[in-house]
Amino acid sequence: MKTENQKAWFFVLPVLILVAFNAIIPMMTVVNYSVQETFGDNLFFWEGLTWFEQILNSERFHNALGRQFFFTFMILIIEIPLGIAIALSMPRKGFWVPVCLILMSLPMLIPWNVVGAMWNIFALPDIGLLGYFFNHVLGINYDMTQDPTAAWITIIAMDVWHWTSLVVLLAYAGLVSIPDAYYQAAKIDGASNWSVFRFIQLPKMKNVLTIAILLRFMDSFNIYTEPFVLTGGGPGNSTTFLSIDLVKIALGQFDLGPAAAMSLIYFAITLLVSWLFYTLMNRENLNDYEEVEH
Amino acid sequence: MALELQQVTKVVSGKTHIKETSLTLETGHFNVLLGETGAGKTSLIKLMAGLDKLASGTLLMDGEDITELSTQKRQISLVHQFFVNYPHMTVFDNIASPLRVAGMAKSEIAGRVEEAANILKLGPMLKRKPHELSGGQQQRTALARAIAKESRAVFLDEPLANLDYKLREELRELLPELFAGRGAVVVYATSEPEEALLLGGETVLMDDGYVRQFGPTAEIYRNPVTLSAASIFSDPPINHAAVSKAGDRMTMGEVSWTLPASHQAMSDGSYQLAIRPHHVLPLKHEGATVAVTGEIGITELSGSESSAHFMFDDHSWVSLAHGVHPYTRGEDHTFYFNPDECLYFTPDGHQIS
Repeated sequence: MKTENQKAWFFVLPVLILVAFNAIIPMMTVVNYSVQETFGDNLFFWEGLTWFEQILNSERFHNALGRQFFFTFMILIIEIPLGIAIALSMPRKGFWVPVCLILMSLPMLIPWNVVGAMWNIFALPDIGLLGYFFNHVLGINYDMTQDPTAAWITIIAMDVWHWTSLVVLLAYAGLVSIPDAYYQAAKIDGASNWSVFRFIQLPKMKNVLTIAILLRFMDSFNIYTEPFVLTGGGPGNSTTFLSIDLVKIALGQFDLGPAAAMSLIYFAITLLVSWLFYTLMNRENLNDYEEVEH
Repeated sequence: MALELQQVTKVVSGKTHIKETSLTLETGHFNVLLGETGAGKTSLIKLMAGLDKLASGTLLMDGEDITELSTQKRQISLVHQFFVNYPHMTVFDNIASPLRVAGMAKSEIAGRVEEAANILKLGPMLKRKPHELSGGQQQRTALARAIAKESRAVFLDEPLANLDYKLREELRELLPELFAGRGAVVVYATSEPEEALLLGGETVLMDDGYVRQFGPTAEIYRNPVTLSAASIFSDPPINHAAVSKAGDRMTMGEVSWTLPASHQAMSDGSYQLAIRPHHVLPLKHEGATVAVTGEIGITELSGSESSAHFMFDDHSWVSLAHGVHPYTRGEDHTFYFNPDECLYFTPDGHQIS
């Protein structure tokens, strides 16, 4: 006999409430702002999709988006291979393993704004160690407060310093989970070091690398604190990423409608690209099953 | 072909894992490395495969010194206890990979892979990935890779240990014909005495990093040189007891018997007796002139065999008999054995010369 009752709702309810407070309500508030013009005294006027059109057509948004994609691209192209390379050269056994792991974890333990402040001082042309070294020892003109290229290099270097460890640790976890037997089998087959990497290590690291790429994409695409502290988006607008621009609009100009619309677009892009990454990397898995070679 | 080990040793951070060993392993039959876990079977295989360095000694392959030759150049195959295949490659590519590395022509590779796959009944699986295969199929893939490649030596390190009973029997039957006529030296490591007997050939008895005995399997089974060799080659463990000889009589506690003519030349004194569990039976059988009575301990029924542990005179013995026998724990039961089946060793466990 089939019994029906409504008890199940009581089990779902706590999660529902949590998700509502955590995601749905804040999100809907933003949606609410994005379709209206707001004035003081809680005056709201319906604007429909005006703010979305305005943002999508604005050159300022295009530029920030371009900078954002370029930054993320640079981060992924540097940090992923570098992380794998460092993980490959780390010891698998012995005294140095915990030493390496702790050294690797250190940058990630430092608060983001502290990282920004550290690199800011580090790179200052006259008093910073890095800035002084470039300008006065090597004689290279390096000033991130004046030169956009120098600012970009500093931000990328800072992010590589801060976050490559994450890729290293994930890749290392993948590597140590490969049993010795695989390496032995490869040796016996006469495989070269490159073949071992290509046919054993890389496939075995694939899952953790998917996670590493996704995490690094999302974090670098949403980056705010470190460049805000380091360059404040400057010089000019040269390092104004989406998040920095968004805060300028929302808090600097107090344009809540356009800022809300921009947040939603920003969120949609992050979601879309993450989804693309994930499906592309998984599709490769699927293709693997079907691919036949003779 | 022959693989020769001359005074080979292996030392890992000050500890000797393989004590000085000299062996000549020949082609044409299985060379079984028999020993318990930790006896040094895998260590010895790794040495022969070049995966570990020798501390001293020489390795010869057909008289050619290969001690310093890298694993990649030794032309050998190895099948592990774990199922080791390239995870993202199809079964076909897995079997073909060593041939591709060797630079073989495509048409020849296809032929060889096909042949190996057919012998191991992998024909329909060639396009699958290892993770889509069962454990038995994965291990068959590894075996196919080993036979498709032209090897001078094939090392099988407990290849059936992680398979279930049925599959193990199936593959075990297949193994001897797999390597027959291939000309490679086949080395097979196992911890199961029964497997050594089934695969025949020659057996290397290993224990604690030592080679205790080496020779034709049946010969080693019948004439173990030491008590420990007899123990390694017996499952369940061999029964032993202290005995003493006076004239033509051998006495064990309260029982005694007349020694067969072949043993009467032994000098009088103390000895160690060993007798295999399947020679100690709960019913009086032909020639079983000695009876011992002991208290039944743990009993076990496996398939159509009954085993019983029993205690007498401070000895813990095991009986292994065909058929189902009713034992009651804690009760006394009489077991019989034929004294001609006994093996005798000196009190410190050595063969009587």
